[in-house]
Amino acid sequence: MIETVFSVELAVGETLLLQKNRISGGSASRRVCVVTGTHGDELEGQYVAYRLAAELRARPELLDGIVDIYPAINPLGINSIHRSSPLSDLDMNRLFPGNRDGNTTEAFIDAVVRDIAGADVCIDIHASNIFLTELPQVRINENAAAELVPRARRLNMPIIWVHSNATVLESTLAYSLNALSTPTLVVEMGVGMRVTPAFGEHLVLGILHLMDHMGMWGEKIHITPATVVGQDRRVAFLNAESSGIFIAETRVGQDVKAGDRIGYIADPVRGELIETVAAPVDGLLFTIREYPVVYEGSLMARILESRG
Amino acid sequence: MKRKTLFTIDTIYRQPLAVEGLYFSEGPDAAPAVAVVGALRGDEVQQMYICSLLVGTLARLEQEGRLAPGRKILVVPCLNTFSMNIGERFWAVDNTDVNRMFPGYDKGETTQRIAAALFAHLRGFEYGVHLTSFYQRGNFIPHVRLWETGYEQAQLADGFGLPYVVHSTPAPIDTTTLGYNLQVFGTQAFSLYSRNTSSVHEKSAHRALRAILAFLAERGVLLPGSADIPEAPPDPAYPDSAAPVHLHEDALVTVLSERGGLYFPAREPGDRVNTGDELAVIRDPFTGEEKERVHAPASGHIFFAHEGNLIAGHDVCFRMIPDAATDPSLR
Repeated sequence: MIETVFSVELAVGETLLLQKNRISGGSASRRVCVVTGTHGDELEGQYVAYRLAAELRARPELLDGIVDIYPAINPLGINSIHRSSPLSDLDMNRLFPGNRDGNTTEAFIDAVVRDIAGADVCIDIHASNIFLTELPQVRINENAAAELVPRARRLNMPIIWVHSNATVLESTLAYSLNALSTPTLVVEMGVGMRVTPAFGEHLVLGILHLMDHMGMWGEKIHITPATVVGQDRRVAFLNAESSGIFIAETRVGQDVKAGDRIGYIADPVRGELIETVAAPVDGLLFTIREYPVVYEGSLMARILESRG
Repeated sequence: MKRKTLFTIDTIYRQPLAVEGLYFSEGPDAAPAVAVVGALRGDEVQQMYICSLLVGTLARLEQEGRLAPGRKILVVPCLNTFSMNIGERFWAVDNTDVNRMFPGYDKGETTQRIAAALFAHLRGFEYGVHLTSFYQRGNFIPHVRLWETGYEQAQLADGFGLPYVVHSTPAPIDTTTLGYNLQVFGTQAFSLYSRNTSSVHEKSAHRALRAILAFLAERGVLLPGSADIPEAPPDPAYPDSAAPVHLHEDALVTVLSERGGLYFPAREPGDRVNTGDELAVIRDPFTGEEKERVHAPASGHIFFAHEGNLIAGHDVCFRMIPDAATDPSLR
């Protein structure tokens, strides 16, 4: 059933709506929330929202509990190719937990948090940005690792990245919900402004697998074990030292050796190759730059270093 | 005055981003006294303009020998020429906000590197003044803001002579601002808010110039008698305040719209209002029919006013300083 969680009148002949699709079955009160579309240029979660809802509707007899799907936390952004909220030009994932007495965007965000809080688990799906393609991964703040890594292992994502706490990330949906004792897993996969169905299918299976583990889905599903990236596995960042056009020569998911060429930066004006980008370590390439224009500092790739 | 390129960032198809700084009273023995930073964002035209007024004034005062010797001043009018030239508020490539990147990281992403490069030039100054703008679009009564970091010396803000000093408790997102990081790294930093952002407002620009000169004079960076200058005369619309009101941001009263529509404000920043006074009218955008009258929930002064002829429901029309907001313990 499509429910309106929050609505507010826009200036001219339109109402801004926060909608969710509530799908329930059986008698259990356990609740899973699937959230996406916080950044209006990230669309991978749209496929997951569609496919998960279709799976649940196709086999309602297997469901015992409640699944709330929020396909568009930033509906104006998705409809206008804006990463941020077009009302404020601010990144909505830096405004959590919102403010009931704040401006339109802050009140909207407050409604998101209030509606999800108390769920047994929440999955917050992101799609990198328009610049980088990411191998599917779950990202977890180290402060919440003990509680979240066991759940993340069930999501069928190849990588679980436990990262250090950055103060600025305390303004995210995941941090806010985890602080409210609502376990929340952040999924990053694919690239902005595109849909990668293969990645989406992995995650749909993973969500059903997690639900099965929670006693909410009556079907056994086999998944691929994840690699957990923590303090024992280093991530190498490759940032551009020159400005130009980056030409990638590798794809995410490839194993690389130290010295392997990842790509290069070209100067189209002079017809010169100005920087060769090589892997600094052996490992798994799990991030690659998709948008070719680079400035000094632009991230081009990330490599999960092999165990030494 | 010495005009220097602080650092550059190369690009394809545009000239390098060259961030310029203007130094005064510079010399081998000069101690870094005051750094003034203008536009970090591409729409902060007023903030850049105020810096240009300051540079012109300081150049004249330096020629006349009215700057205190050995007290170096740095003015950085505009960090983000790239965005300003194409009408963008945030970084022209990835829409990130440089003022959410401090103290920066010289091996990181482009805007982290820009922040780190600027911060390297600002570190070590005794005082910092950042002319900045708010995350909500609107106009302010000119005021000074400071972060509660535990390092701030709030009474120093009185030296600007502006009527209000607003204390803010930093949210996580605020810990990456320039002002917060200057404070944490040992500079007494103040954020100075003028009335406008994206367009020049002459009166409040000159009021900001007057405030900065007053601060420089009180801190001994100008020689005595140098702060009162013809470029920034006293203005009855923005009177000097020998004893500014200190208040905490949480004491401000927010006045929200309930409806969306065409927006007609009746009051502006600085206005005195009483409880129940009409502040704005919201009309149906197609019929002109009145949808809502916005009233003052308290007596006090208008501190911030929504800018624009359209407004959504549940948006901030005004923020007010209620009469009860003053907190002498903050000074």
